[in-house]
Amino acid sequence: MTITEDKILELLKEVKDPEIPVISLVDLGVITGIKIDGDHVTVNMTPTFIGCPAMDYMKNDVIEVLNKHDITNHTVNLNLDTTWSSDMISDEGKRALKKFGLAPPPVHNNVIEDLDIIEHAECPNCDSTNTTLKSPFGPTLCRSLHHCNNCGEAFESFKPI
Amino acid sequence: MTEEALKDLLYKIADDLLILGHRNSEWTGVGPLLEEDIAFSSMAQDKVGQSLAFYQLLHQLGEQDPDTVAFTRNAEQFHNSQFVELPIGEYDFSLIRHFLFDHADYIRFSMLAECPIEEVAKVARKLKGEIKYHVMHANTWIKQLATANEEAHDRLQKSLEKALPYALGMFEPSKFEKEIVEAGVYPGEAEIEKQWKENIAIVLEEAGLKLPDWNSIEAVYGGRYGKHTEHLQPLVEEMSEVFRVDPTADW
Repeated sequence: MTITEDKILELLKEVKDPEIPVISLVDLGVITGIKIDGDHVTVNMTPTFIGCPAMDYMKNDVIEVLNKHDITNHTVNLNLDTTWSSDMISDEGKRALKKFGLAPPPVHNNVIEDLDIIEHAECPNCDSTNTTLKSPFGPTLCRSLHHCNNCGEAFESFKPI
Repeated sequence: MTEEALKDLLYKIADDLLILGHRNSEWTGVGPLLEEDIAFSSMAQDKVGQSLAFYQLLHQLGEQDPDTVAFTRNAEQFHNSQFVELPIGEYDFSLIRHFLFDHADYIRFSMLAECPIEEVAKVARKLKGEIKYHVMHANTWIKQLATANEEAHDRLQKSLEKALPYALGMFEPSKFEKEIVEAGVYPGEAEIEKQWKENIAIVLEEAGLKLPDWNSIEAVYGGRYGKHTEHLQPLVEEMSEVFRVDPTADW
């Protein structure tokens, strides 16, 4: 098998976020680069939130998947060379989040001035924007809490960052 | 700039985050309402994680590993400002402290994001995005509570007055201040303090809270060089209790 960057990316689609198991690390945007040098593979990753306890699990899962596919000559780096932004979540990733019941983050192009940006998150259940922000902090660091005034459901959103 | 000066800077940032992170975590399970319970717990998690990033930088500069640094020092070896070690008090005090601290840290990290030392700049750029939510959270609650009713307003006003001398202690100049500023690492404590005063004044005015005359407030210094209140040592002992049971345990 010839190892290519695309091939590695394809393999890494198997690795899901341990806390949101419907989205792959590739679609989440935390895989920031793959380098192939002969038969040596380097995978670079960046944390979503610096205090996210899932990051070590993610790194170990990446190593496991590479090993499982007989790619044993590898280096997996978790560093801040690329600053993660929620704009790096792919369209496929956003669809997966919504299906999971998590409102995907709005595209912000690095302009987040105040909480207005998440004040009226789109309800993943009924698509209404007649919603209220309950708290910018949710059950994990990357989520906020909302209430939908249209369908009456409480829901969570993946925070724009 | 000497390595000693850089370490001095990183230690105070890391220790502030670690200690305030632990203080914030004391609201877990007892917050005044569920959302605030979760908010303070999340901010605690963020801050402890952020402190780790700075202890890792220190480790790269030859200091001991993060766990050893975080959990085996005594109070007088900590570089945090006295402000962050004060007990959580009532919710009004914790909220005011959170507001005053995070506004300062947001400015600090915005400045350090431009730092010529790339390893420091990378961490600062990351933290800036996270701290923004802490600042927005504080602003929302300060405005909401201060305009809610007389009791809430008065409590916040009193807590603000109690907190300010300690809050100014965050900007205690470093022994290496001149060296650090001349090296262009960041514009320095006095500059953070100046911007901080402007930023908090805007929110406090909207909230209808009064800022006393700055000249009437004396900053509580000393924390950066090991002079702490009686509250720090018990906190350090509590947070390192599990680690000290078996320092070699793998979690």
